Amino acid sequence: MMARTAPTLHMDAILDDRDTRIVVCCGSGGVGKTTTAAALGLRAAERGRTVVVLTVDPARRLAQSMGLTELDNTPRLVTTTEAGGALHAMMLDMKRTFDEIIEAHADPDRARQILTNPFYQSLSSSFSGTQEYMAMEKLGQLRRSGKWDLIVVDTPPSRSALDFLDAPERLGRFLDGRLIRLLMAPAKAGGRNAFKLLNAGFGLVAGMMTKVLGAQVITDIQMFVSALDAVFGGFRQRAEQTYRLLQAPGTAFLVVAAPERDAMREASYFVERLAEDRMPLAGIVVNRVHVSPAGGLSAARSAAAAEDLESRGEHLLTAAVLRLHTGRMQLAAREHREQDHFVSAHPTVPLAQVPAMPDDVHDLDGLRRIADLLATPLAPSGA
Amino acid sequence: MRLHVITGKGGTGKTTVAASLALALASGGKKVLLVEVEGRQGIAQVFDIPPLPYEERKIAVAPGGGDVYALAVDPEDAMLEYLEMFYGIRRAGRALTKMGVVDFATTIAPGLRDVLVTGKTTEAVRRRGKNGRRVYDAVVLDAPPTGRIVRFLNVTQEVAGLARVGPIKNHADLVRGVVASPETAVHFVTLLEEMPVQETLDGVAELREAGLPAGGIFINMVRPAVLPPESLEAALAGRFDVGELALGLKAAGLADGPADASAIGEALAAEVVEHAKRAALEHREREALAEAEMPRYELPLLADGVDLAGLYELAEQITSQGAA
Repeated sequence: MMARTAPTLHMDAILDDRDTRIVVCCGSGGVGKTTTAAALGLRAAERGRTVVVLTVDPARRLAQSMGLTELDNTPRLVTTTEAGGALHAMMLDMKRTFDEIIEAHADPDRARQILTNPFYQSLSSSFSGTQEYMAMEKLGQLRRSGKWDLIVVDTPPSRSALDFLDAPERLGRFLDGRLIRLLMAPAKAGGRNAFKLLNAGFGLVAGMMTKVLGAQVITDIQMFVSALDAVFGGFRQRAEQTYRLLQAPGTAFLVVAAPERDAMREASYFVERLAEDRMPLAGIVVNRVHVSPAGGLSAARSAAAAEDLESRGEHLLTAAVLRLHTGRMQLAAREHREQDHFVSAHPTVPLAQVPAMPDDVHDLDGLRRIADLLATPLAPSGA
Repeated sequence: MRLHVITGKGGTGKTTVAASLALALASGGKKVLLVEVEGRQGIAQVFDIPPLPYEERKIAVAPGGGDVYALAVDPEDAMLEYLEMFYGIRRAGRALTKMGVVDFATTIAPGLRDVLVTGKTTEAVRRRGKNGRRVYDAVVLDAPPTGRIVRFLNVTQEVAGLARVGPIKNHADLVRGVVASPETAVHFVTLLEEMPVQETLDGVAELREAGLPAGGIFINMVRPAVLPPESLEAALAGRFDVGELALGLKAAGLADGPADASAIGEALAAEVVEHAKRAALEHREREALAEAEMPRYELPLLADGVDLAGLYELAEQITSQGAA
């Protein structure tokens, strides 16, 4: 029993609204975010929309369920639908996306210089924020291409899954920072003799960096930064454009969670963070909620009856089934409490629940089942 | 074993298992450090204590005496500490922060962030007291998720693009020496579900390929078997005896008349079928995990959720199954 009842999240209304152009699924790791994104994409396509699902690092089986076998950074057709819609899907290849930006914006010589720079190579494949930047960049590209009327994005499973919101700011801080100016100074002065022309304060820091990082690293960074500076003039603006696109009314953010303490706590954080950044929140999806077809039989009555049968030594199978049911009802009650906390703190956020399924999703039928459940308000289980 | 690294897919209860393992290792008068590195304050949450600072502090007493200390490693602080320890640069720290150097090093420089936090962890492993003995009997690291673990631990590889020679490379080599040594074990936490099991198997393979030491597999949130195998088989085959169940419900006084008994019976039977499907899936996943040829430990699903009492219960399980 929810102390308060959250408003119902009407998924179909969002998907059917032609003004909805971007749906962003965010949430902590392991809550079924990618599955939710894929299921929503399929449902929208089956309701006549031309959809692309942009996923980041999906689990192998889920990728297979959409017929994706390789990570090639290009949207692939998954299926066309009777309603005249289509579902495309792609997996983000962050290194390739990064390389493409360089190739598109630098002359061949300079591009080669950047692409072979060791600093660039590790930055483009392992920097903990690269995935977020590139997801933003790809989203912007897909949106500008105008080929899809709905883009469903599954956000990266980063340590803080909302890092992508910080991407433009962090990038800006980096590119405009004093450090960059420090590193750029020798290049701009035309000399290869690093840090020579710097004032005392800069000199101190520069000396320290050379001491800690080693001179070769400094040279690599300098080459990289000066090459990048010429290329990335527009990069920050583009990141900012995408950020504003996310704030626009055509975007719907969905926070995805599971009815467990950590996941619901993270969900609260996401809801607050999205509000802070003035991002349009459509609602919260709680996956894997346990409900019981025999919700009228309470945990307490069930447990008492099981004990009674056990003490009489009769109907032991029934007793075991009642024990099973008791556990199920206790779990359902605990999940209700976890959701309750969220609803009390955020009473106006629309909520949809998806019941737990005994098996994992393997194919489009599985995704369709999830989507059906997602779009159908769950009857109260009486827990 | 000195260093226990705990990884797992998101949502599998990595932090809970790390915390319980730390309690189990500390029991009987040992001193154990529990380290977290992702800035989530997960340790504070499972132990229900205020957020941890960048400082080793005692957070729990283990069964039979023994202390668990905890540390939340912050990469920026770790960097300033590193500069101070190895270069005696203390006051410059603020200038570095102001210049954006610390920000750069901990977010943008590839691999440096990971070297800093693993560096801090391995320093605690190696640290010796005045008596020449190690300060901690064991260190438990609540590490990043399975998808990132090998890159996180394979620090030499990771900083290779940044530094082939020089102080960072040396530091990374030192870290690698501890992480790849027989004193270290990397444990995986999983649930009996397809995706976490698949990720675990992929992670184990990747770990072995990188020459890092695999420890055990902790199967978390295992539900007890309440129904006999033959009932589960019958349910899967659609032969579950609802009539027998209904009779039992009537005998237990849960039904008003035969119609009601059969309605409740049908509903409960649907629950049994779902449970049987789930049990069959769990059986398949257990068999898949066996292929990794690592020790496996099973931790029960805690009926009341994870609280302090639950951590001690899990610690006891870990000890009794010989994992600590």
